[in-house]
Amino acid sequence: MQNLKRQCCFTLALTLLLGAPLAQAANLAKDKGRVSAQTKSEPDSEEAKVLHLLGRATFGPRPGEIERVERQGLENYLNEQLHPESIALPDSVRQVENLDAIKLSPSSLFISYGKPAIAMAAKNDNNNTKVDKEKLKVLFKESYGKIHDETVQARLVRSAYSPRELEEVMVDFWYNHFNVSMSKGLDHVWIGSYEQAAIRPYAMGKFKDLVHATSHHAAMLFYLDNWQNTAARAADPNAVNLPRKKNNFQGINENFARELMELHTLGVDGGYSQKDVTELARVLTGLGLQKGSGGGPLRPNMEQLRSQRQALRAQRGAALNPGQRRNQVVQEYAPAFSGGINLTEANTRLGYYFDESRHDQGDKIVLGQKISRAGKSSGEQEIDQVIDLLCRHPSTAKHISYQLAQYFVADAPPQTLVDKLTKRYQETDGDIRAMLDTLFHSSEFWDQKYRGAKFKSPYRYVVSSIRATDSQIDNVKPILGFLKQTGMPLYQCLTPDGYKNTKTAWLNPDNLINRLNFATAIGTGRFPGLVTNIQDPAAIADACTTDLSPKTIQAIKDAPDKLKAPLVLGSPEFMLY
Amino acid sequence: MDRREFLKAFGGAALAGLAPACLAQLLPSSAVTAFALDGKVNTTNKVVVLFLRGAIDGLSVVVPYGDPRYYQVRPKIAIAKPGEELGAIKLDGTFGLHPSLAPLMPLWQNKTLSFHLNCGSPDPTRSHFDAQDYMESGVPGTKVVPSGWMNRLLSQLPNNGSPVRALNVGTTTPRILQGPIASATYAPSPKRKPSMVESPYIARAFEKMYDGRKDDLGNAFAQGMEARATITEKLSDQGTPEQMQQMTAADQGAIQATKFTGFGRQLGKLIREEPKVQVAFVDLGGFDTHVNQGNGKGQLANHLNVLGTGLSELATALGPTYQNTLVLVMSEFGRTVKENGNAGTDHGHGNFIWMMGGAVAGGKLHGSWDGIGQNSLYEGRDLPVLTDFRSVVGPMVAEHMGLSKAQLANVFPDYKLNYSTGTSLLKS
Repeated sequence: MQNLKRQCCFTLALTLLLGAPLAQAANLAKDKGRVSAQTKSEPDSEEAKVLHLLGRATFGPRPGEIERVERQGLENYLNEQLHPESIALPDSVRQVENLDAIKLSPSSLFISYGKPAIAMAAKNDNNNTKVDKEKLKVLFKESYGKIHDETVQARLVRSAYSPRELEEVMVDFWYNHFNVSMSKGLDHVWIGSYEQAAIRPYAMGKFKDLVHATSHHAAMLFYLDNWQNTAARAADPNAVNLPRKKNNFQGINENFARELMELHTLGVDGGYSQKDVTELARVLTGLGLQKGSGGGPLRPNMEQLRSQRQALRAQRGAALNPGQRRNQVVQEYAPAFSGGINLTEANTRLGYYFDESRHDQGDKIVLGQKISRAGKSSGEQEIDQVIDLLCRHPSTAKHISYQLAQYFVADAPPQTLVDKLTKRYQETDGDIRAMLDTLFHSSEFWDQKYRGAKFKSPYRYVVSSIRATDSQIDNVKPILGFLKQTGMPLYQCLTPDGYKNTKTAWLNPDNLINRLNFATAIGTGRFPGLVTNIQDPAAIADACTTDLSPKTIQAIKDAPDKLKAPLVLGSPEFMLY
Repeated sequence: MDRREFLKAFGGAALAGLAPACLAQLLPSSAVTAFALDGKVNTTNKVVVLFLRGAIDGLSVVVPYGDPRYYQVRPKIAIAKPGEELGAIKLDGTFGLHPSLAPLMPLWQNKTLSFHLNCGSPDPTRSHFDAQDYMESGVPGTKVVPSGWMNRLLSQLPNNGSPVRALNVGTTTPRILQGPIASATYAPSPKRKPSMVESPYIARAFEKMYDGRKDDLGNAFAQGMEARATITEKLSDQGTPEQMQQMTAADQGAIQATKFTGFGRQLGKLIREEPKVQVAFVDLGGFDTHVNQGNGKGQLANHLNVLGTGLSELATALGPTYQNTLVLVMSEFGRTVKENGNAGTDHGHGNFIWMMGGAVAGGKLHGSWDGIGQNSLYEGRDLPVLTDFRSVVGPMVAEHMGLSKAQLANVFPDYKLNYSTGTSLLKS
């Protein structure tokens, strides 16, 4: 391939893109202060390195960012990104933390947006006890819709505009590693909390904290069925009296135990047996959801609700609109949902409840280690013990290292890098920040042969386009529609292994044409849901972190002005990073 | 070998095996026979799968009117007996077809339509999410299967180099088609609107950038544009005035196949005129009838009317190709035998698979039937799964497409197929 050096290429691109008199182009170029050193095109200039780093450690450069990082110095930039807490967030980004979907605890989300609460509110609305099922459906849909839109709004805003760029990339990485699909029932209301409370705080922390938080969050417990996992011989005697819940607590459910080893920690070839899966499942018995009186997921105390409703009805005069009514009802009735259980701070934050009565009290042996508790301590300690055991296992170090190397360096990552990361994991007790530090300073990361070798996933493609064009997100629905069309609807990967980040997973003919349509829409400022105002197509060419080929440059040069930006965003080079 | 171990082994082998297929597919010049592992693989036959999402109520499709218990447990939603107003259409002494499916009767009569009773997934889940996932991956009970069974089927068929060898009628690639082999997607809309890049003005600009690139991106572009052009060309006709009217309705809001009978006519035309189409998939939603399901008329009857008309038009539009096409209609699970308090039905277990096409041993019902007495039901409430869906689909597809047993094992791994069940479903 006739690769021109990036700078040389950029100058060409700039000139051609503008299609205007050369002099004007040159002036503009000088103004941007970017191509002043164009004549020198060393193979690994500072600029080339900045481009590569921004391509991988962020969701793609934003306008002016390359110059900014060059001024700041690559090492300073990297150091800052590795300590995201040192970077102030603008209000536009910080305010997503105020959205209900993000700030509320799992039980609050269930109480405010789950079906029982909505049904209660609707009943209260009609004084008669019969509630129209179709109307109720509409109310559920509204309520779920609000939470859904808030959840994706928060993620897209942060991915696109947060200055903590590497942290956002890591959130995406870990979310897929510990994937939960919002398509599965109740998880719909819990996804925002899951990312906020179980992933985000630990994205650059200790791996075992991530495992602990994700395994205890209501979203994961529901998604992989551990909330039902019950000691075989201690099936909940109360449960049989509950309608439609009679099958919930009737023994071991291995689903989560298996994925905890196969996907989250040891890896598929991590050296565990079916026996280990069963034993781990026994350790995890009783780790479930907060519950009401009698078991099952958190549900309203009907007696209490009924009396509260009557009292409320008696004292309330004027009719409220549906939103007010729901808020009022939820507030008034909230105590009825707590089920009379004393909860710890962690219980509340993550939405789990450990039910000792459903826990398997026998000894277990996982990976050759006896898991047992000291004296009369809670079975919950066994879970902490086993998480430690899994996270300290060499297979986990290798598994996580491979995944990081694949995500940041190459679809088939070099073994030497995987080894370096494994070593660092083991030296630092699974410190993610330390591993990233090793990764970004490795010779493999900077190796020319891996530059531009990754193919963007649809999510990365969309976010990098929004960033490159400095578009404002106005409505998330069309963006979600595009992601769905390309097979990557946000938060809806059905399988627990999460979305892949390899070229073979995402490069296919249909997908590519869909991208070109997206590029055409956003590049002409006509993508619904985004406010895009492109003044200078050349500035977007900046966001291509790989060399533009002569063919691409020629095509852009020959194109009518209004198609130049679409062509940049739809170029093969913009698909790569 | 442990079940999971086997799967893992399969997963690895499949990935290794499929990668070249993927490459071959992206390189038009590569050997077409790369994956014709078996000389007998059929190059003209086709498989079409319709997935009815939400779990269709099988007992309203093939109605056991001869069993008095049916009318006892379904006082509001039972389909009336043959001969009565909006009654079932008699199939035999026990069963009748829903009156909305009348357009399919000629196919029943010419013995190219049949139903398999009491089949489904062995997994007990009543979650749409899990059950669809299992039925589409083809490996019930296991979540981490990267591909869908139709994609694995494609990998067993010869790569004919066509960008439309797999058609997906919908808006997004469903689980069943996911995997290394690409499919061409189009929305079931009465009026095919070419996308922006298909307009010559924009296409030319992108062609300059992509044409002649000898890499995977260049090939993907060429294939993608060709597939779009083919579909647009074949679906350019505007249809009858009646269909045009329907189009107006369907164009408002999201286009749903359940509101557009023309999906069958369009798909039939595409398959007939593009002989290289090997498989097609149609997604239909709206069958989760918990409330006011209706009987001979109503919610479900309306959906069945669209479905019946669509299937009938598919058969007609396929023309002579109907003889080479196997159409399977399936749903994630069945619904409760008894109606619920809202004149609807809740999530159940066993259901019926519909089979249509020239090769089908039609005009009769297949599978076992024990009636709907309490003791015959799964957990006392649902139709049982007496035949695993893979034992219905697997052998039929293998026989129809000329796959060896080893090849079929790649499509439905980790499962001991019952061949005798499946092959009797086709004409000998």
